[in-house]
Amino acid sequence: MTATRTETTVAGPLADDEPLGASRGERLTALAQQHGALVALLALSAVASVGFDSFLTGDNLENMAVSSAFLAVVALGMTFVIVTGGIDLSVGSLFALGGVLAAWGSQYGTLVALALPLAVCGLIGLVNGLLIARARLAPFIVTLAAMLLARGVLLAVTDEGSTTYLVDESAFFARLGQEKLLGVGLPVWITALLFVAGAVVLRRTRFGQYVYAVGGNEDAAALMGAPVARTKVAVYTLSGLCAGFAGALNAAWLVSGVTILGSGMELEAIAAVVIGGTLLSGGFGFISGSLVGVLLLKVIQNVINQIGSLDSAYQQVVSGGFLALVVVAQTWLGRRRRMV
Amino acid sequence: MSQDHTTPVRTGAVLVADEVTKAFPGALALDRVSFAARAGEVHALIGENGAGKSTLIKVLTGVYAPDAGTLTYGGEPVRFGTPLDAQHAGISTIYQEVNLVPLLSVARNLFLGREPRTRLGLIDFRRMHRETDAALRELGVRVDVTRPLRSLGVGAQQMVALARAVAVDARVVIMDEPTSSLEPREVRTLFGVIRMLRERGIAVVYVSHRLDELYEVCDAVTVLRDGRVVHTGPLAGLDRLRLVSLMLGRDMGEVRSEGATKFSGDHDPGTQPVLSAEELSLRHTLHGVSVRVRPGEVVGLGGLLGSGRSETAKAIAGALAPDSGRVVVAGAPVRTGSTPAAIRAGISLLPEDRKAEGIVPGLSVRENIALAALPALSRFGLVDEARIDAVVDTFVRRLRIKASSPRQRVGELSGGNQQKVLLARWLAMQPKVLLLDEPTRGIDVGAKAEVQGLVDELAADGLGVLLISSDMEELVEGSDRVVVLKDGAVVAELTGADVTEDALLHAIAATGEAAA
Repeated sequence: MTATRTETTVAGPLADDEPLGASRGERLTALAQQHGALVALLALSAVASVGFDSFLTGDNLENMAVSSAFLAVVALGMTFVIVTGGIDLSVGSLFALGGVLAAWGSQYGTLVALALPLAVCGLIGLVNGLLIARARLAPFIVTLAAMLLARGVLLAVTDEGSTTYLVDESAFFARLGQEKLLGVGLPVWITALLFVAGAVVLRRTRFGQYVYAVGGNEDAAALMGAPVARTKVAVYTLSGLCAGFAGALNAAWLVSGVTILGSGMELEAIAAVVIGGTLLSGGFGFISGSLVGVLLLKVIQNVINQIGSLDSAYQQVVSGGFLALVVVAQTWLGRRRRMV
Repeated sequence: MSQDHTTPVRTGAVLVADEVTKAFPGALALDRVSFAARAGEVHALIGENGAGKSTLIKVLTGVYAPDAGTLTYGGEPVRFGTPLDAQHAGISTIYQEVNLVPLLSVARNLFLGREPRTRLGLIDFRRMHRETDAALRELGVRVDVTRPLRSLGVGAQQMVALARAVAVDARVVIMDEPTSSLEPREVRTLFGVIRMLRERGIAVVYVSHRLDELYEVCDAVTVLRDGRVVHTGPLAGLDRLRLVSLMLGRDMGEVRSEGATKFSGDHDPGTQPVLSAEELSLRHTLHGVSVRVRPGEVVGLGGLLGSGRSETAKAIAGALAPDSGRVVVAGAPVRTGSTPAAIRAGISLLPEDRKAEGIVPGLSVRENIALAALPALSRFGLVDEARIDAVVDTFVRRLRIKASSPRQRVGELSGGNQQKVLLARWLAMQPKVLLLDEPTRGIDVGAKAEVQGLVDELAADGLGVLLISSDMEELVEGSDRVVVLKDGAVVAELTGADVTEDALLHAIAATGEAAA
């Protein structure tokens, strides 16, 4: 012991009775928590590729990837919100609103088609954030209100859903959703880029640390000097931006703004984030996990479609069952980790 | 900070509060309080609960803005808008309860908000981990800095908080009861750090209820009472009795006769035990612990932090399910691992962590007291309001709970009064056995004596009491017998004249050698 002391050491080691590294059990539970969804995804994909010839075809995979992309972008913003211990129920409505605004705006050029949904959805996200962080209202209620409000705006803009704005297929904006690069649709590439950026922001920047700290222990974070309110405002704004952008991207892909899209999407996004290992109580989670969560939901959906004889309604039963399983497993793992 | 040699920074006051006043609805928390923290000086800030210490600290650290009066920092008037402003200016605070983020790693906690960054603006984790390791080693803590903070013991967590406070270029370090959850060895480390800070010319403000500690590390003292400064000056030459009487605002004779702990009583060893816990075992924590308590007897549970004291109490109260062992109350066996069963059998546990396991701060005094006893106070599922009022009234008076009304929220009361509310809650259950885990932690001297007196009265009424306390004096003076635990096993039992601090120390030390 004495050999490890330096002149500045004021006393013997305090923690010498503790193991220096994490114990094996602790590491295993941490791994399970981080990569459980990935293991499930790989296992399910393996089974599906053996069971259905059409599963592992380029077309099917590309199809799944593109249809995952939009939910994934929404889940990306949601991950930030959930890590702070919050929730954002408005994203489904913002997704639809973003799509319609983009389709309408595309007649004035790509810039408007992208900027308009980002501005409107970002603004709604900002207001959510301000109400939650500054006025200290409950995220559930604030974003529920925003969800209803955005739906209302959507109905007003589309004359109660009777007007559908189409995107000119030759416009540059439409190409954002239609073009392929190396055989994979642009939305997939864009989503991949956003996830890399998101992961870097959450793990490697000061803002990311604040996000974790606010979710982990808000009071402590405030006392440690973290800008709690600003962090919260930022994550809800980010979530709004993500939802709006996902909607715009979706409109480019569909070459129209479809009003009825996005209802229930907020719950799908929350499910994906939680399945990906992020704690709903905040303070712990990963961007990559949310991507895995989205893919897992989409593969389940795809497999059930492949079975064909099974009613597609079962897809929600399976997804729901899976979510319940994950939450139970997380709670159990969390308890184990606390005991270790 | 690298400034001049002309101003007498070393001896001068760094942080000065001048005639600071702060009022809350219904209470004047600080009444024209003046306070000066000087460079290279450890300044004790003491007072009973509600004296205004916490409020003063919060004013000094930018949590509250003063209603009147000025703050001067480094010779210039300042106004901190947020805790962050104060921290940036060089004022660090360590709070009573560890205020870090449990899920984040040790290194992330240490560096939150001031992470070293690479040229790209991204966090430089390698440097962060290296520097965290170095900073903690300097405080004598060796841990894997990538582990989540919550996997560390409370003492090590406190050291991380301390390292955080020191690592920023602090000119003032404020410590609010930093030792309340530390073991003696950790306290020594802490004092070493405090002396190091003093040598570096940092102003330290030290809040504690433990008088021994004040005399060991502090140079000056400021005593607050009812929001006013009643004394300020050097600590040396101020004797303990005088200090206590200043805090309590009573005259010396009264303190002498009343202030000291005074649990007492002799008990006939022939009577049947009201509680007997036999051979309780729980993986990793308890190894065949047996404890018996007779009616009217106060049995102390001694040992170091982590020796299994709290776990024993929790196993008896059903909050932890032991792997084996039996609990018998008044001759009848109790199903282990079930709190309702334990409560029905007449066992009440006053938990160690008042905040997390006891009070519901948002509920009123009345509701908090009635909570556990609701089934007994209801008929056909309907709550009998009149009976609750009667019970609440009895205990508020009997325990001398200071609240504006039974409808006041418990969160607004002082620590001592919160503890009394908890005590009332369990007494309302009319228990046969009362398990008290650190009943006087974090409450002021006056309330402490009151709680101790209450325990004495309760035992005299025939209750069996199991007392856990890391305050050796309290344990020795309060207990008729002391059962000493070490590493989850009973290693000694002190009875009669053997119940002394000396004997307790020897029991713990001797077993330490035997175990090593």
